Amino acid sequence: MKKILAIILSLVLVIGLFAACGNTGTETTTAAPDSESETESDTTEAAADVDYSNVKVGLICLHDENSTYDNNFIMALKEVKENLGLSDDQVLIKTNIGEDDSCLTTAEELVDEGCNIIFADSFGHETYMLQAAQENPDVQFCHATGTHAHTANVPNFHNAFASIYEGRYLAGVAAGMKVQEMIDNGDITAEDAKIGYVGAFPYAEVKSGYSSFFLGVRSIVKEATMEVVYTNSWFDIALEREAALKLINDGCVLISQHADSEGAPKACEEKGVPNVSYNINTASIGPNTALISSRINWAPYYKLGIDSVAKGTSFDADWTGTIATGSVELLEVNEKVAAEGTDAKLAEVKAALEAGTLHVYDISTFTVDGKTVESYLADVDDDGTFTGETEAVSDGYFHESEYRSAPYFDLLIDGITEV
Amino acid sequence: MSKNKKETKEPLFHLAKRPAIEWWKAWLIRGAAIISSLIVCALIIVVLTKQNPLEVYAALFKGSFGTQRKFWAMLQKLAILLCISLAVTPAFKMKFWNLGAEGQVLFGGLCSMVLMFEIGDKIPNLLLIIAMLIASILGGILWALFPAVLKAKWGTNESLFTLMMNYIAIQLVSFAIMVWVPSGSSVMGLVNSSTKAGWLPSLLGQKYLLNIIVVAVLTIVMFIYLKYSKQGYEISVVGESENTARYIGINVKKVIIRTMILSGALCGLAGFLLVAGTNHTISKDLAGGDGFTAIMVSWLAKFNPITMVVTSFLIAFLQRGAGEIATNFNLNTSIADILTGIIIFFIIGCEFFINYQIKSTKEKEGK
Repeated sequence: MKKILAIILSLVLVIGLFAACGNTGTETTTAAPDSESETESDTTEAAADVDYSNVKVGLICLHDENSTYDNNFIMALKEVKENLGLSDDQVLIKTNIGEDDSCLTTAEELVDEGCNIIFADSFGHETYMLQAAQENPDVQFCHATGTHAHTANVPNFHNAFASIYEGRYLAGVAAGMKVQEMIDNGDITAEDAKIGYVGAFPYAEVKSGYSSFFLGVRSIVKEATMEVVYTNSWFDIALEREAALKLINDGCVLISQHADSEGAPKACEEKGVPNVSYNINTASIGPNTALISSRINWAPYYKLGIDSVAKGTSFDADWTGTIATGSVELLEVNEKVAAEGTDAKLAEVKAALEAGTLHVYDISTFTVDGKTVESYLADVDDDGTFTGETEAVSDGYFHESEYRSAPYFDLLIDGITEV
Repeated sequence: MSKNKKETKEPLFHLAKRPAIEWWKAWLIRGAAIISSLIVCALIIVVLTKQNPLEVYAALFKGSFGTQRKFWAMLQKLAILLCISLAVTPAFKMKFWNLGAEGQVLFGGLCSMVLMFEIGDKIPNLLLIIAMLIASILGGILWALFPAVLKAKWGTNESLFTLMMNYIAIQLVSFAIMVWVPSGSSVMGLVNSSTKAGWLPSLLGQKYLLNIIVVAVLTIVMFIYLKYSKQGYEISVVGESENTARYIGINVKKVIIRTMILSGALCGLAGFLLVAGTNHTISKDLAGGDGFTAIMVSWLAKFNPITMVVTSFLIAFLQRGAGEIATNFNLNTSIADILTGIIIFFIIGCEFFINYQIKSTKEKEGK
């Protein structure tokens, strides 16, 4: 009898375990749509006169929904699909595609499936996408963050990015107001106003991002400094967490990041340190510390590409989304964390940016090695030599994302230390 | 007597080693295992995703056989995995736990890339490819030789040593990319995409065919080497018992070092096929975990190179299908990984039932 009871009990245990595994499985798959609510921007002006029935869209992602970066691409595409009334088999999403031959194979498979416009989201996908474009001239290949389209002369190959440095600057203003509030409350002194930043790679896209964020902070708190830690990976939950904890240990009073997991925001919530995020609304994982987040909304670009294919028209080889196109977005300010008056200040700065009266990289606001940057040759034409050829400074500011969509501001400005 | 029996508690069942089992019975058990795994997977699919399991299985199949291109992509995946599996097999047969295939492949690939990147435009293509092949093989050997010599000379722990060599290879690749790509993006991209210098040629219009042929030939050679050559026999003896090997006059140190040179050389070759024949770039993910998956392929096939074709097909087929399922049903690739895990679990589990049988204790008493 005892034996039978033992068997039954162990069976229950096994089944229980299975059920438990099952639960976590559903959790991870349903966690993603949570952030859907944040992506409701207005690309609803789906022109009724365009016929989308012949369009088939492919998207190649480096990771899956668990990466905030890839999720941002996936959610925007699903939103556009909804708005344009595309059917399920008109949108194919391939996740976890490496930056190697598998990218080319996947692109070719999508062409086989009948896709006539294919997007890829990771920097390392570019050369494979370019090759696929050369081999399939009737299909449009659109690559985000890439640098080659404006010089490649391949008519069906496109690059796109957004002037996200403006969004980061705005997020920096909100962060600066928070730090100022801490100083005013006597929690910290102005000398302690050190910001921490978790970066992925020492690459222009990251450097441009943290520089603009820092300049935003410093437009409010003049004494602010910033410490940057690199994880040397785009997606590594443990490393990003470690980096955030190290920065907090070093005395940073606010953390922001440009890496694609929830590692840093979660560490901040644990330690009660305010956090500024990117591409994701972290209010759910950091109700007491998530301050604000900037995001590239890819919906306008998807719409541009899909519309062009539907109408048979051509579109930009290199496209930069802006605040005006709806590509650069600030996600909701968390009132619980933000300083008073943040919304009003952000509206004011945003208006100045849009009007062109304020420039993020105004050379009067920063120095490099103690000197004002009067001239800088940026490596805009990515010809493999890694030498700058385009004068980026004129009219008193650094012209980021104007000569090419992908960022090229890679100066290390005074006040920022890379650890 | 009967009192004695009551005191010792007998379990309901016990396990007994089976005597040799007929081959058809073994395959019957294997077939039953695969069918039960598919049933369990179906249950999980229904519970977790509310999809029709038959449609999901159809997608799994389509991942490898849906189009000609998918079929070639599966064959390519199979070839690389098989190549690395062949590489680790002699070492494992010798009970030398080479967990460093990942690093040996990576360092072999790096050696190819150094030549491809640095002198790609300076020497004729054929010469370049031959130089890359030799460099990769030597690189793989170097990476395997360190742990082998130290094990042979001082009895160091080869599992830890080979494992740590992986990390050194990863760091070296990261360092090389940092030097080659000063912009800091850590992405090489296609190398020599305009000149195609150092790229293996397409055969009959199929860019993977050469890889596949090389590995096919290698499989046959390895089968003959392990089964019929004197060296292959020595590997088996050292694996069974080092003392016996010594007793019959086999130089164990020599066999260990020689076998690891072979293992490293083949890993280096896999690195070459990945860099020159497949990706034309390098990143720290070049081997993509295949260095470890290869161990499973090799064990599942009981170190028989011909059977390894089947086991690596199984893995390649499941991996290709996984991606297809995720796309077709808008699911995360994790669900496909769960299914793959279940299927492999059943397959490994059934080997247990082929070797052992469950006997009811009472039945035995009745006898």
